[in-house]
Amino acid sequence: MTDLLKLSGVHTHIGRYHILQGIDLAVAQGQTTMLLGRNGAGKTTTLRTIMGLWQASSGEISLAGERIESRATPDIARLGVGYVPESMAVFSDLTVKENLVLAARDGPLDDAQLDWIFGFFPALRRFWLSRAGSLSGGQKQMLSIARAIVEPRKLLLIDEPTKGLAPAIVMALIECLKEIKRKGATILLVEQNFFAARELGDNVLVMDNGTIVHRGEMAALAADVPLQERLLGLSLEAHQ
Amino acid sequence: MTELAATDPLPKPKRDIAPILLPVAVALVMIPLIGSPSTWLTLTAASLAMGMMIFIMASGLTLVFGLMDVLNFGHGAFIAVGAYVATLVLAPFAASLQADSLWINLAVLAPAALLSMAVSGALGLIVERVLILPVYGQHLKQILMTTGGLIVAEQTLYAVWGPQIIPTPLPTSLRGSFILGDVAIAKYRVLATLIGLAVFIAIQLVLNRTKLGLLIRAGVENREMVEALGYRIRRLFLGVFMTGSALAGLGGVMWALYREQVHASMSDDLTVLIFIVVIIGGLGSIGGCFIGAILVAMIANYGGFLVPKLALVSNILLMVAILMWRPRGLYAVTSR
Repeated sequence: MTDLLKLSGVHTHIGRYHILQGIDLAVAQGQTTMLLGRNGAGKTTTLRTIMGLWQASSGEISLAGERIESRATPDIARLGVGYVPESMAVFSDLTVKENLVLAARDGPLDDAQLDWIFGFFPALRRFWLSRAGSLSGGQKQMLSIARAIVEPRKLLLIDEPTKGLAPAIVMALIECLKEIKRKGATILLVEQNFFAARELGDNVLVMDNGTIVHRGEMAALAADVPLQERLLGLSLEAHQ
Repeated sequence: MTELAATDPLPKPKRDIAPILLPVAVALVMIPLIGSPSTWLTLTAASLAMGMMIFIMASGLTLVFGLMDVLNFGHGAFIAVGAYVATLVLAPFAASLQADSLWINLAVLAPAALLSMAVSGALGLIVERVLILPVYGQHLKQILMTTGGLIVAEQTLYAVWGPQIIPTPLPTSLRGSFILGDVAIAKYRVLATLIGLAVFIAIQLVLNRTKLGLLIRAGVENREMVEALGYRIRRLFLGVFMTGSALAGLGGVMWALYREQVHASMSDDLTVLIFIVVIIGGLGSIGGCFIGAILVAMIANYGGFLVPKLALVSNILLMVAILMWRPRGLYAVTSR
């Protein structure tokens, strides 16, 4: 299986803080790779560095063989990278429709794609003309993910999509992400929810102190409680 | 607070109309205080005209603040340059301006205003590339650079055209007033109000009905996410900055004709008014800027009539009152 995304020796400094300290990772085409780790391990920084929102101080990042570490964020997005930040970052002053119109960079909204999205997130159809700022947290997360998949993307970077959401909404998100997977998407997913991680992950990377300390199959980590406790400080069950 | 489930119906978002009602309330409260309905109407018309001119000058600045997070203390330079360009262009066409035909007057005035906008917009391009670009994200340096730019622009106008006041006479057909009973409303004020409304509607249409407008509104709220969606926001910044500068130039032309004069430091007082309008309107909010401009003009006109001594501090008092009511301005758009 070919690697769609590769990071080699990536360091990122934010001000005087050395956050990423030589990250080496690969995300295989068509697979969902979970990025786990304690708070402050550097997971969000890794996604933001890939996206060009924070510039890597050194190292190489390549997407489908093309070097991107020096590229600006809009150019990286135009290479087919969708980004769902931890904060969701929906445009609250814009309606649901306007948020998606903006995300459909290459043309008008595709009706079939919209219907597919509405299948998972019916609330978005219902509140189509409502201001995104008036949506609930779960609905905002749905919108944030819908924005990333409203057009086909090569790679999706998703940061803690289930954080703080009600269980019913978490289930809907997992179903949606599974369906996105089935369509062949490549996903790098930061997640703290064990159930979501186990359901969605093919592979897993565990970070600590700005480095990758474990890589392997998600199923193997899910089955190995002592390893989870060693890597994450507690078992994944406790993360639910 | 209970979290809404995805399937729960949302409460209908309330339309925040309190700021819209504020100028109406101020105008109504003034009727008994002023006493004479004709004086009240004249002052109200003057307030609307002045408010529209301030809005035109301030609208670009609020977008620049909101979208680019740039503290442009040099915005007044575009106003002065716009006014000077129109004055210089109109000078050789004095005969056409004195003709007793609205169309002949406008045939000279409109190209002069467009040229002023073009020159101010081009100056905006230079200022953004030379002064602002190196100091994005550094507020203190922005203040230093743009204040320096304003001083250079003012001193250049002094050096080239001298310290004297240069007359900018109104075209003949825009002189005088429309008389309605015992109410006199200056013709130029009607024109200024119409132009201000047209600019407001045009900006609203662009912001609300076009993808460019969506990008601007989204960029005001979260620039980073707009970039993450694949849009080069720096180009958008430049376009907005140039448009804001061009609008300041148009405002300068209108203000020069309103006062029938230009001088190199004409923008000094206006800059204070514009900043007050941008702050009370809410950074980045065109609607807030529009209402704020009308309020500032109302306070100046009504206050100047009722308590002339209060005119010196009335706008500051207005700003304090608004910010005590809504600390982020009438319509908060950005999270800053």
